[in-house]
Amino acid sequence: MHNARGTTHEAYCVEREALSMKQFQVPRPPDDALRDMLASLMDKGKVGGVFALAQTGENSYSYALITDKKLLDHIVPTLPLMPANAGKMVSRLTMLEPVKTPIAVIMRPCELRALFELVKLEQARLDNLLFISYTCGGVLEMKTAKDGLQLKLEEYWKQVKTGGVSEDMRDSCRVCENFVPTGADITLTLVGNDNGKQTTVQVNSEKGEEFLAGLSYELTEAGPELEALDSMRKKRAEQKPDVFGQFAAEELGMAGLTALFGRCIGCHACGRACPVCYCSSCHFEAAENEFDPSTLETELTNRGALRLPTGTLYYQIGRLFHVSISCVGCGMCSDVCPVDIPVASLFAKLAGSVQGMFGYVSGRDAEEKIPTSTFEMEELEEIGA
Amino acid sequence: MADKFEPNIVGFLCNWCSYAAADLAGSNKLEVPATLTTIRVMCSSRVDPVMLLSAYLRGADGVLVAGCHPGDCHYQTGNYLARRRFALMHKILETFGLDSNRFRLSWISASEGKRFSEVTNEFAEHITKLGPNPLRKMPFIE
Ligand code: SF4
Ligand code: SF4
Ligand code: SF4
Ligand code: FES
Repeated sequence: MHNARGTTHEAYCVEREALSMKQFQVPRPPDDALRDMLASLMDKGKVGGVFALAQTGENSYSYALITDKKLLDHIVPTLPLMPANAGKMVSRLTMLEPVKTPIAVIMRPCELRALFELVKLEQARLDNLLFISYTCGGVLEMKTAKDGLQLKLEEYWKQVKTGGVSEDMRDSCRVCENFVPTGADITLTLVGNDNGKQTTVQVNSEKGEEFLAGLSYELTEAGPELEALDSMRKKRAEQKPDVFGQFAAEELGMAGLTALFGRCIGCHACGRACPVCYCSSCHFEAAENEFDPSTLETELTNRGALRLPTGTLYYQIGRLFHVSISCVGCGMCSDVCPVDIPVASLFAKLAGSVQGMFGYVSGRDAEEKIPTSTFEMEELEEIGA
Repeated sequence: MADKFEPNIVGFLCNWCSYAAADLAGSNKLEVPATLTTIRVMCSSRVDPVMLLSAYLRGADGVLVAGCHPGDCHYQTGNYLARRRFALMHKILETFGLDSNRFRLSWISASEGKRFSEVTNEFAEHITKLGPNPLRKMPFIE
């Protein structure tokens, strides 16, 4: 792969060609650089709105769709918080019909992957969206927004610069190895960059180039990002024993699963927050799953005691059946769990083995089919015992 | 237990093939396990694996899904999709060290009454060897 100056970017190609094409620097921190860039795109009428993480008050952060240029200074697109999976939010905006005026969407790699899964599931459309993403240093738990965010940010950005792992990150980010976006039109290379001072912008697609045409920038060579990416990948791999060691999936069995979900209060927040758990009326919330009096009697006769509300493992294992093939490991489920069950670690672990069966990586490519919605004629013979 | 263990088997049978095969087995007086509970579905792909999970968690000793042979699905491709979903479910149960061998997917056409009898009897035997599903009496699960 060659950039405009003919420089080879071998190592970038190893990053699944995600980071390629042109690269330039802006002498401003990423959020400022993005605000400038987006304001100029809005001025020129190239985009009608911006979808990004925004600060809406003290300790208040949420995704927002902004069409009034004056409100752009609310956006904090690289602040390491994820109040919702943005893929799910964009799905809500585009499910009924595609957006008509171009919108710039800034989201993290796992959010982009979730959105691509949702497109395959016919829950979202990509028309008229310009995707801006970045090499992702991970996010902090959402509750940090209330307590000590500023303190933790300093350490966080230090780790991003050197390709390290910050202890305060969500578990799912500590082990995430898909932190280089695929499918973005524009990528900021935050990892390995001195983000307090400058922003490195890569243009990954012709669409990205079209949008940026007319902005004045000087192309530059790849900087120290590659080494930092490698380092981050290694450090994250090292986190695995710690994160997945919270449970030994292979040894769980029914007793282990019962213990792991022993604190579950059945709020189903994990499913509501999950981008790829998308049914508007959830099977596990249907009245038909309530035990009728005769079932109750049978169950009690058999077991002597029932856990209430019923359906905990039915929901958890059932949800794994439904979503593990598309799970993007974003960590939303763990983040919203009020009783700190490591849901995401479990799901990510299972997603690895299920997706691995089909050589699939969820959301890697919007064109690729979800393995459960396609098949090979000759495969898998009769299965079971 | 003094009584001989007779496994409770839940069978999800496709209307267009295996369910008809069950009928045929019956009218030909072929033996079918007495404790097989059949549930008629319109296609093997109608079976969401959570249905199988539900049967398992509630204590079914064995769970069988039977549909049309590959290539013969009434809806063209249902059984191919069912096969993938079933494999996925298997993988998850296996990864957790759960009893994935209490589940089976088989293809039985409408004319294969004999095969229906063989498959169900053989499966019942296999489950008998495994013994009762321990989940049935486990307190505080589900
Ligand atoms: S899961 Fe990966 S891509 Fe998503 S926020 Fe965490 S580090 Fe970034
Ligand atoms: S299961 Fe959890 S980690 Fe996986 S996509 Fe859903 S919310 Fe994200
Ligand atoms: S969010 Fe936690 S408590 Fe609520 S259903 Fe999910 S695992 Fe259970
Ligand atoms: S109709 Fe029998 S498996 Fe689809």
